[in-house]
Amino acid sequence: MPIDAAHAKQGKAARAIALRAGLKCLKLIQQTLMNDSKKRLIKGNEAIAVAAIDAGCRYFFSYPITPQSDIPEYLSRHLPEVGGTFLQAESEIAAINMVLGASAAGARAMTSSSGPGISLKQEGISYMASDELPALIVNISRTGPGLGGIAASQGDYFQATKGGGHGDYRTIVLAPYSVQEMYDLTIKGFDLADKYRMPVMILADSVLGQMKEPVAMVGKKKSTAIKKDWALTGCEGRRPHVIKSLYLDGDKSIEHNWKLFKKYQKIQKNEVMCEIKDCIDADIILIAFGSAARIAKTSIEMAQEKGIKVGMLRPITLFPFPNQQIEDLSKDIKKILVVEQNTGQMVEDVLISVSKNAKVTFYGKPTGNALEAEEILGQIEKLKNKKGFNR
Amino acid sequence: MKQVFERPESLKEVSFHFCPGCHHGIIHRIVAEVIDKLEVRTRTIGVSSVGCSVFLYDYFNIDVCEAPHGRAPAVATGVKRVYKDRIVFTFQGDGDLAAIGTSEIIHTANRGENITVIFVNNTVFGMTGGQMAPTTMLGQETTTTPLGRSFIGDGYPIKMSEMLATLEGCSFVARVAVNTPANVRKARKAILKAFEMQVNNMGFSFVEVLSACPTNWKMSPQDALKRIKDELIPYFPLKIFKEKTIPDTL
Repeated sequence: MPIDAAHAKQGKAARAIALRAGLKCLKLIQQTLMNDSKKRLIKGNEAIAVAAIDAGCRYFFSYPITPQSDIPEYLSRHLPEVGGTFLQAESEIAAINMVLGASAAGARAMTSSSGPGISLKQEGISYMASDELPALIVNISRTGPGLGGIAASQGDYFQATKGGGHGDYRTIVLAPYSVQEMYDLTIKGFDLADKYRMPVMILADSVLGQMKEPVAMVGKKKSTAIKKDWALTGCEGRRPHVIKSLYLDGDKSIEHNWKLFKKYQKIQKNEVMCEIKDCIDADIILIAFGSAARIAKTSIEMAQEKGIKVGMLRPITLFPFPNQQIEDLSKDIKKILVVEQNTGQMVEDVLISVSKNAKVTFYGKPTGNALEAEEILGQIEKLKNKKGFNR
Repeated sequence: MKQVFERPESLKEVSFHFCPGCHHGIIHRIVAEVIDKLEVRTRTIGVSSVGCSVFLYDYFNIDVCEAPHGRAPAVATGVKRVYKDRIVFTFQGDGDLAAIGTSEIIHTANRGENITVIFVNNTVFGMTGGQMAPTTMLGQETTTTPLGRSFIGDGYPIKMSEMLATLEGCSFVARVAVNTPANVRKARKAILKAFEMQVNNMGFSFVEVLSACPTNWKMSPQDALKRIKDELIPYFPLKIFKEKTIPDTL
């Protein structure tokens, strides 16, 4: 009997719905996992670069910043081999605007950076959201605020998921937690960008960027990009196309903003991805994304060895956020532990998602040094023994 | 009846919205005439900027992409790298190109990006209501230099053409004006040359056009023309600063 059906029988209907949704979510990115024949041992940053070429991206514009420099370095060597263009721009701002131009011309285009550079790119990202231009933007984030440091951090969650630049817009945000997902989600990111005509962001960090793991690859594929009949190509045989974001007319501005909003609603409905693991009999759900989820997975295994029933929900899309899945699971699993490598950002989205009686505990800290599995285990044990709940 | 004057095909059948005495309309028309003359309308992509020139797409009968403030040369770079056989030009004011966009214009020129830049210099931020631009003349009163621009604190009016002409990547740099019929003819010739440079893959071409802004100068259109002649041209001389004849090759 499938696990969800088993639960439906036990009357844990809400949990069953969530599990079913979780399985469906995972299928969305497992296209390459079945294919073991072409595995290569590579770094996370390199996986993104290889995936970009495999996804048919031929235009890359960026500015150097640690800890993402492996991406431009790889592409400066390998994009020209496939007839692509690598351009090291004079600034982060110029780089994102070159992406804007290449995207307006209909090409799959990309840039990568890290926190401080992503802040500078926000102007261009906002324009592209309004222009409805697709592109992939990679943030191998570092600690902040300000110049911060180069260690892994999840402090850019708010910036990535709540728009980031000026105006009422969102970008799709994908959060890999393995080198395989760095590869898979890069390809997925280009497809989503083209499908919805909007910028898509990969939010990872230096742990994911610098670690090496075996990765299964699809190989160079012909771009699955949809035909871009809106692109600027010169107006041969048709009326001129205009790509713009200026709407001085009040009614048109309102109409444009509603149009964008409806697109984001559609994305919220159709594109949520999350991994739900070991929640069948769980008393506690741990919610974490990216590198924090990777570390917490070890903590969960340690806890399970000690007989603690703890499962995990790992958001893979941070926008759209798996609000519904969290609500469903929290209907009959009341202890929820949110773990982040920051002082508490995603936890706000968890708090607005959980059902009424669920109690949310947060554990996180600003990094410089990564979280350790043992300290998260300590939190799980504390929560298990707790009679009342933290909030 | 014989028609002796007509609208260029590269301009749409709409009236310009620009203020009385503004030179944007004349410069738009010259660019459109050049595009027609080179027969490249259906393979030209314009990049508009922020300021009065943002409305390029309302008037030009070509594909147009709007760029964020000052970023038009970067956007044009992206477009041109995808379509090397298309004609790509930016149309930027002095608030855009000489202030917030100095980084983009310098580096695009220095890369020798094969695009054409039309730079409209009217010594003031026009659309935002007449604030000081980097090109504002010493002593010029603006809404943010109520006592007139002073070199102490505000610096000197910046000469973009002279600066850009020092960069190896530039193939053509000229400054023109459209304050008299003779100057309009010279401006047309320079803009044609700049686009021809691009057609012939010669690299970055740049034409600065001194332009009147009677509204923000608080002058009549006639007095604005007089100001260009008496005040602007002596400081911003009209000339060809650079003209390559042989393309850079490996």
